[in-house]
Amino acid sequence: MTSPDTHRGGSTQESGALARFLLSNEFGLILLAALFATVFGMMAKGFTSPFNLFTLGRGAAINMMIGLSMMTVIVTGGLNLAVGAIGVSAAMVFGWLLGAPLGLPWPLAFVGALAFGAGLGFINGFAVVRTGLHSFIITLATMSIFFGVMVFLTRAEAFREIPPAFTALGKMKLGTYFSPLLVVTVVVALGLSWLYRFTTLGREMLAAGARPEAAELSGIRVRRIFVYCHMLSGALAALAALMLVARNGAAIPSMAGQLGQDWLLPAFLGPVLGGTLLNGGKVSVLGTCLGAFLVTMLTSGLLLMQVGDFWVQTFLGLLLLIAVMMDRLRRGYLARRNLA
Amino acid sequence: MKQSIFSPFLRTDWFGPLVVVILAMALIQSFSPQFLSPFNIQVLLLAIAVNALVAYSQMVIIAIGQMNLSIGAIGGLAAISFAGMMEVWGLPAPLAATLALAIGLACGALNGALIAFSGISAFVVTLATLSIFKGINLGITRAEPFYGIPEGVKQFGSATILGPVPVLILPTLVAALGLWFLLFRLPAGRCILAVGGNEHAAELSGISVPRTVILAHAISGLLAACAGVLVVMRLQVGQPSIGDDWLILSFAAPVIGGAVLAGGHVSVAATALGVVIVALITQALVLFSIDPFLVQVVMGALILIAVGLNRLREVRFRAGRGEV
Repeated sequence: MTSPDTHRGGSTQESGALARFLLSNEFGLILLAALFATVFGMMAKGFTSPFNLFTLGRGAAINMMIGLSMMTVIVTGGLNLAVGAIGVSAAMVFGWLLGAPLGLPWPLAFVGALAFGAGLGFINGFAVVRTGLHSFIITLATMSIFFGVMVFLTRAEAFREIPPAFTALGKMKLGTYFSPLLVVTVVVALGLSWLYRFTTLGREMLAAGARPEAAELSGIRVRRIFVYCHMLSGALAALAALMLVARNGAAIPSMAGQLGQDWLLPAFLGPVLGGTLLNGGKVSVLGTCLGAFLVTMLTSGLLLMQVGDFWVQTFLGLLLLIAVMMDRLRRGYLARRNLA
Repeated sequence: MKQSIFSPFLRTDWFGPLVVVILAMALIQSFSPQFLSPFNIQVLLLAIAVNALVAYSQMVIIAIGQMNLSIGAIGGLAAISFAGMMEVWGLPAPLAATLALAIGLACGALNGALIAFSGISAFVVTLATLSIFKGINLGITRAEPFYGIPEGVKQFGSATILGPVPVLILPTLVAALGLWFLLFRLPAGRCILAVGGNEHAAELSGISVPRTVILAHAISGLLAACAGVLVVMRLQVGQPSIGDDWLILSFAAPVIGGAVLAGGHVSVAATALGVVIVALITQALVLFSIDPFLVQVVMGALILIAVGLNRLREVRFRAGRGEV
């Protein structure tokens, strides 16, 4: 969506553009989403009820934010295994800032938690560019460290004293269907699209991710840009966790599972389904959001059809595999057509 | 160029970790005399037996320059199949164990085949199979443990061969020796290291890369399943959550043992020492009644320190060779 596709030079410009859109990842995802929505609408009882649509949108908003958080690091050709750990840590800082000794008003605590997430992201980014090691191993280690320190400091206890004004955001309904959380995600997604498409910083992020050496030679400070990407990822992970706090009404240390590992699958499903290249340099904000939306809808639909919540995880894993394989087939098809 | 008597040792992977192990043991013993009591040694060896298999399972994949996120899921699936087959179908323990190992082997081979034939990165494939295997595990057990472990298995799990040395260390020793023999004496193992060192060069010199990748993943699955079965024997219950916390550990030990994450360079002995270091530190935290939550922090810090030191060693080694 954001950066021009690699295949160029179709003979007829207009029909080429249309065909490209029809063969694009985003179009495939829209088709799939429509298909599943029809199937669930017909087969799963209560799928189209206002309440279900509301919870679906709310869940999708959080999953999209997690996916976007991972996407901002995948741009650099790296990954951030610590999204869950950063998110939960930031949520706990939010709870602590609201609590007894400080008692900040929630908007201040909110900003503080986001800044804390960005700070943890800075640690990741700094360690990655300074050591020159792959972000996989660095963030694997920091995920363990962040989560361990968080559990140690909180004694694994939740902060339940969240102001009603904040938790109301999780329960409020705009026009019977929409959660305000969805609005937050849409605004962030639009902001990211604008960043990658129209700002120098965003273009530099893409260039640095695609070819670090070439970007360096053309005057981009690649290391600094990579640190910015990690900070952005940390802030978005914190935002996702705060949205989860608004929904749950409490900041719970276990809300992303052991070490925050439960976020890994949604974090990668969105960007990978959406056609973000794991090698870096190409992102699709729309694709990431559609991917995360598809995943949320599939989970909700399968649960309503009483497949048994334990099997849902298996379906999501299969979905990831199938999606990646279809994507490869599509790319192969496009490459052959361009050669011909 | 300066040459001390130690320089040949300094170049090996196992020397550094061995010094750390000896120092750590001396230090812990001086502070807490019950550290080397027979009971404590048995606890330590049991932890090492399982953790070493987990670490080897990841090490084989690191050797081909990939990563396997699904080790814990395979181990958990094998563990609950082992316990479930004995409880529900009433199979004899050796048969159930063999079938559980076969399941692990098949899961690993599936990983390898998907990676080799689809060309998708190992990270994405094993992330997907992680959730598939874990989902199957939860779907079968409905998140409830199998308690019906036969008495014979329970006795085997707590038996000792010699003083405090538990029987369960034997499979680990066999696996370690077998892995060393495979990687450094057999053609198939040399192929694994060659593919890890430079996949393109390996392919040009006539090695079948897909076959090697599948073999490495199958071995990884087998070792993970073996670890899962050992945990069931030790805990005497088939818990669905077995394997959930293996991911960090599986990377920590090989990395402490000097494994190069880009592939082509691993050490069986040094990885075992890496497991011992992790076990010693965990034990020390318990003995000195430091918060067990800090184990995670220490493990993460260990990974960072180890990769940092490996990198430093690599740079100095290169510089040393450049001077000659």
